[in-house]
Amino acid sequence: MASVIVNFELCGRDVEVLVQPMATLQSVLRNQLGHTATKEGCRQGGCGSCTVLVDGEPMLSCLLPVEDVAGRRVTTLEGITPIDGLDPIQEAFLESNGFQCGYCTPGMVMVTRALLDHDPQPGREAIVEAISGNLCRCTGYQPIIDAIEKAADRLSGSGEQTGER
Amino acid sequence: MPEELNVVGRSVVRSDGVGHVTGRTRFAGDLVFPGMLHLKMVRSPLHHARIRGVDLGEAERVPGFVRALTWRDVPHNVYTILSLIGVEPEEEFVLAQDRVRYKGEPIVAVVAESEAAALEAVAKVRLDLEELPAVFDVEEALRPDAPVVTDWGNNTFMFEGHPSRRVRFGDVEAGFARSDHIVEAVYNSSPIEQAPTETTGCVAVPEANGRYTVYTNTQALYFSLDNTAIILQVPGKRLHFVGGTVGGGFGGKVDVIVEPIATLAAMKTGRPVRYVFSRSEEMQVSSTRSAWRIYMKDGVTRDGHILARKVTSYADSGAYSRQTPYALTKHAANAAGPYAIPNVSIDAYCVYTNRTPASAMRGFGVTMASFALEVQMDRIAERVGVDPWTIRFINAYHNGDRKPHRKIAEDATLIETMQAAAAFVGHELTDEQKAMTSAPRASLEGVR
Amino acid sequence: MAKLRGTGIAAVNYPTGMNLGGDPSQALIHATTSGSFVVSLSSSDLGQGLRTVIGQIAAETLGVAADEIVIDTADTDTGPHCMGTFASRATHRVGNAVRAAALEARAALLDVAAEELGACAEEIVTDGHGNLLVAGDPRRCIPIAEMASKAQFTYGRTIAGRGSYMKPKSPVDPETGAMDPDSTEAHACTVAEVEVDTETGQVAVLSIRSAYEVGRQVNPALVRGQIVGGAFMGMAHALYETTEPYYPSVEHKPKDFSEYVLPGPAELPEIDAVVLEIPSSTGPYGVKGVGEMTANSPIPAIVNAIYHACGVRVDDLPVTPEKILRGLEAR
Repeated sequence: MASVIVNFELCGRDVEVLVQPMATLQSVLRNQLGHTATKEGCRQGGCGSCTVLVDGEPMLSCLLPVEDVAGRRVTTLEGITPIDGLDPIQEAFLESNGFQCGYCTPGMVMVTRALLDHDPQPGREAIVEAISGNLCRCTGYQPIIDAIEKAADRLSGSGEQTGER
Repeated sequence: MPEELNVVGRSVVRSDGVGHVTGRTRFAGDLVFPGMLHLKMVRSPLHHARIRGVDLGEAERVPGFVRALTWRDVPHNVYTILSLIGVEPEEEFVLAQDRVRYKGEPIVAVVAESEAAALEAVAKVRLDLEELPAVFDVEEALRPDAPVVTDWGNNTFMFEGHPSRRVRFGDVEAGFARSDHIVEAVYNSSPIEQAPTETTGCVAVPEANGRYTVYTNTQALYFSLDNTAIILQVPGKRLHFVGGTVGGGFGGKVDVIVEPIATLAAMKTGRPVRYVFSRSEEMQVSSTRSAWRIYMKDGVTRDGHILARKVTSYADSGAYSRQTPYALTKHAANAAGPYAIPNVSIDAYCVYTNRTPASAMRGFGVTMASFALEVQMDRIAERVGVDPWTIRFINAYHNGDRKPHRKIAEDATLIETMQAAAAFVGHELTDEQKAMTSAPRASLEGVR
Repeated sequence: MAKLRGTGIAAVNYPTGMNLGGDPSQALIHATTSGSFVVSLSSSDLGQGLRTVIGQIAAETLGVAADEIVIDTADTDTGPHCMGTFASRATHRVGNAVRAAALEARAALLDVAAEELGACAEEIVTDGHGNLLVAGDPRRCIPIAEMASKAQFTYGRTIAGRGSYMKPKSPVDPETGAMDPDSTEAHACTVAEVEVDTETGQVAVLSIRSAYEVGRQVNPALVRGQIVGGAFMGMAHALYETTEPYYPSVEHKPKDFSEYVLPGPAELPEIDAVVLEIPSSTGPYGVKGVGEMTANSPIPAIVNAIYHACGVRVDDLPVTPEKILRGLEAR
């Protein structure tokens, strides 16, 4: 099959890629564009480690043909990480030990970003719902939920001040 | 230890945490090298079969196919991962030779320019297999007429002349005879998967100086290097292993499965080779925690002292032993539990079946021992008519006790731990239980 | 049909390290020109935080802050041998090795500091905050960073250390099983509370509360991480996980996360623990180890709680709703 050219916006920058039809967004991000924060825990839509935002919505990049994001806005974890320091969500994950091995973490941070964009002060149920497609084998989820609650508090200004920010 | 500590004991922030929360941490599977090839495995579709032939013709014509590796390409094809610590015999095939002993056993490695080409070529390898009867149950496998998985005529791993790892302490039959109650049960567990979020994998890269750098997510870097050197019959100095960052292990990344064949492929092609398990390979082919069947028989006095414990355990090792014999030794050392029992007899069997090989998993040999004996303790409590806390305090081991494996207990704290748990959940202990300590007993009367 | 609640307990021990020993780990340490220390290892961090904890042990021994330690792992060209990260051995074994290496580096540091401060090495102490000083005369002092730099540029010395730890290999008597199968024993006691739905056979774990005795905690937050994550994994083993749902049948073997059933955050019970610290004589700063065991005691505690709740004893893991319903029917 002939390769096709696909254009989309990646973390605020226009990109053009030459791909085999039906190549997944995940493989293009990882292998062609060097965005390896997008993980590949299963490539079956079962673990959430590859979650990216497409037009602000969390999507499993392993199930998404890259042609489907033509002309759309794709954000990976690389896109929300400041050059210096951390995003408040990342900071909350770090402080709460909301990770152990770190393999599910990019996906967790991305669904948290989407959640808090839509619902700045989610209750515990909404948090559980948001991460229910993301698998973590290490932490037992409690520290992740703690991290998301902390991030929500910080971002909505109701939480403790870190002093550094 | 009265010394004042400044750093130990503090919840210092993870030094690799920023890498993890930003996704900058590099995992082995994130690495891409110019000219990198992809390795995929042709696996047995049957649980047990004789290999009559392998036809690579059609696979070789797939665009992007680079080469295939069979057992003839592997310098030391029959190995045992624990040979480094003296475990024998060598029995596992890196690539199957004339027989496959479990569904998913690797037969031919295919290396291609792309993952898609490798998968297509794998699908086009023709296997001519003659299906053989298979065995899947630990006790059936030990019957004389069972299908034989190994090359030595039965399905038993031998522990220095015995078909089981034995512990013999005191006289269990005499203990049973003196007991008021006999409590017997059989405990089972099915195999489970470590299921780390990152699948097992590596990339092997030929270097300009004739060496090979292998980027891997193994839990044991030198163990992987040393086994790879044995399998490939190359001096260790030609291998350079880099890792240390593992996306979850839980025992699943202690086997040396991907590195030898990826390195061999890099040697044969002169190009970097990536071999990373798919999720279904991780679930179906990578080692499991073995299935266990544990027969437990206890003799108990009417006041709740366990006088004798007899344990017969079978671990389903699957087609190869991998780390299971070592797990059984650990199991045998722990099957009496944190209790003082004067008469103990343990037989722990490592049994071969036509199942996916089992190996290490978190709790290695102890998890299922703890499950069986802690459910058994509740059974005993019920039979004797005391509560579950009391039965454990009555039998808890103390420092100075000789355990069934003969070692004198030195850092027993079961009693203190149970006291802390009771206080934590608000369970009221008796004054006697509150006053107990793990300090050595005043006399041997305590252990009868 | 009812929802029945029950409580169960379990008490366990867990041995640290490869049970028969003979599993060495090594560490090398050197000071840089800016006075930080590089610890070279070939040990893997599985996510439990090995780099952090080993760095803390090195920092404690050298008398510097944790962030003065750079952990370089794992590379077989630069890091000395380590048997591997398994058997709950890393903090104990690698920790002992790094403490030994740090003690050797510290001795080199004290030697040169003695020369700089005009005292003998036995008189030099560290204050735990990055300074070397003469005992009893705190005005004679120098920051470790400055001293490490001076050691190289003024005195031409190396500030380095080698460390190794190995419990000698224990033989096993094949007749009696006599052996030395541990380096130290950690302990846990777990109390689980469950609710069994007698109509569906579903078990909801309400709480898993435990006491742990793990020797010295190097990093309490990371120990808690093991406890919470391990309790959740133990719950998964007790109630959900299986690669052969009808063992010994090999049918229905799962191939992905939709078929290999794991609990998710919606099934998360209350998990809490209290930690006792009774230092071990064999571990660095009294460490025992906590990695594997946290998944062990929750399993029998949950199974015992199910019996307490509904009178069904399932001796066959995992305890699926099907097994509960069959047990209820048989009663």
